[in-house]
Amino acid sequence: MPILQAEHLSYTYGAGTPFERQALDDVSLSLEEGEFLGIIGHTGSGKSTLAQHLNGLLRPTAGRVLFRGRDIWANPRDARKIRFSVGLVFQYPEYQLFEETVARDIAFGPRNMGVPDAEIGERVAQSMALAGLSSDLADKSPFELSGGQRRRAAIAGVIAMAPDVLVLDEPTAGLDPQGRREILDHIRLYHETRGSAVVLVSHNMEDIARYASRIAVLKRARLWMEGAPRDIFSRAGELEEAGLSPPPVTRVMQALRDKGLPVDTSVYAIEPAAQEILRMRG
Amino acid sequence: MLKDITLGQYFPGNSVVHRLDPRAKLILTFIYIIALFLASGFLTYAVMLAWLVLAVSLSRIPLRMFLKGLRPLLFIVILTGLLNVFYTDGRVLAQWWIFRITLEGLLMAVRMIMRILMLVTGTFLLTYTTSPLQLTDALERLLGPLKRIRVPVHELAMMMTIALRFIPTLIEEADKIMNAQRARGADFDSGNIIRRARALVPLLVPLFVSAFRRAEDLAVAMESRCYHGGEGRTRMRVLAFRAADAAILAAFLAISAGVGVLGVVGF
Repeated sequence: MPILQAEHLSYTYGAGTPFERQALDDVSLSLEEGEFLGIIGHTGSGKSTLAQHLNGLLRPTAGRVLFRGRDIWANPRDARKIRFSVGLVFQYPEYQLFEETVARDIAFGPRNMGVPDAEIGERVAQSMALAGLSSDLADKSPFELSGGQRRRAAIAGVIAMAPDVLVLDEPTAGLDPQGRREILDHIRLYHETRGSAVVLVSHNMEDIARYASRIAVLKRARLWMEGAPRDIFSRAGELEEAGLSPPPVTRVMQALRDKGLPVDTSVYAIEPAAQEILRMRG
Repeated sequence: MLKDITLGQYFPGNSVVHRLDPRAKLILTFIYIIALFLASGFLTYAVMLAWLVLAVSLSRIPLRMFLKGLRPLLFIVILTGLLNVFYTDGRVLAQWWIFRITLEGLLMAVRMIMRILMLVTGTFLLTYTTSPLQLTDALERLLGPLKRIRVPVHELAMMMTIALRFIPTLIEEADKIMNAQRARGADFDSGNIIRRARALVPLLVPLFVSAFRRAEDLAVAMESRCYHGGEGRTRMRVLAFRAADAAILAAFLAISAGVGVLGVVGF
């Protein structure tokens, strides 16, 4: 049984006002236990709205969200509990930090869950390590940290709740390539150590290509494509139509093929691409 | 939830009301409020209501938007109505235990409710049809003479512009932070007053921090574009007071004067 499922999900913002806008239209998607799913889409395609449905922050206009087969809105009073099982890291999460020290801020989630004090210290230390924060930062004010550190502290704050599913909405927005790489590598580290499912929402195909084992593409509020990265990226032309630029490597391979070199264009990472080109040269 | 706040909201459009000079609109609204308080009888209220209905329909803003803005006032309106119905002496229409309804009370209640609703609808019409920029521009021009006695009119108007500009931004920001904290299990909606107040800390700290950050960014952006206050500053869009504006203003002034006189006499 999938751990998380969206069934015919639709959501409309500002229903009945002049600003009415449909953000999700009949989206069905499922997430298996321990899977690393990537969701990509152009700005305004409904990615963030979908992310906020997965942990019950938004209530679907139509359709259902199932966690381990149970409708999370079956009893609206229990909807808060789902947030402990499905952790959501928002866009620019560093703006949510508020405590006096990093450690206390990370402890905010576990405290709200009612985790005993004795266990909290350990959870904080573990999630700081998983998020790539050195332990001497624990007693600093979050406002003394650098931008990248602050973001990792915020991610650690969600990891500390030990959710079964971790959803990250554009976790690398506004970071330089190195900061991006560091964050994503730590997310992968978290995924591998804990074995919990991860949903990575992004408009950056390169990020998604490198880390996700399955990809869903949203286009104008609808689920447009779904499949393994290889299958998705072999349809580069269609992706570009949807306003998404394929990873640079894929574009290089495409260009080579256009020039008459019969390379495999579904390659999306650097090493396989290099091998593929070497193979061509014999 | 927070997004439902309509305060200071502007609905872009190109109706007669939208195009009216903002200074004229500001004066009109001011006179409208005074006239509304002078009106007392059926006739004067009818005239005021006719004006309001005309202006609202000319603005082409859906009636729904006005109703939405009035909804938060429902409690005050009902309370005012009830107080007036029960606490006015006069001809008794019905009586039950200590409650007594008088004809005068009923009329008074209707009058007060009408007054509140018309007052608020009138001011909504101003903010719905005038962009914050135009509004503060008009205010600055109207208060211009005060510059002579060293009142920093331009600076005050600029502060107002910035404040209005950032209301929606901060509301959106508050919404976002609330959701982020909810995702970490924060509970804003239950518990007693003290618990609720403490639950606001995770919202207010980040909100203040971000407001200061935005203020700093804005100050730097203004400075790097050489903003130096009002002295010698020219405008890209100069307000033009046209004949039509003057005519509408004059007509409204005349009618309001009439309403004022009739109202004081008691019609």
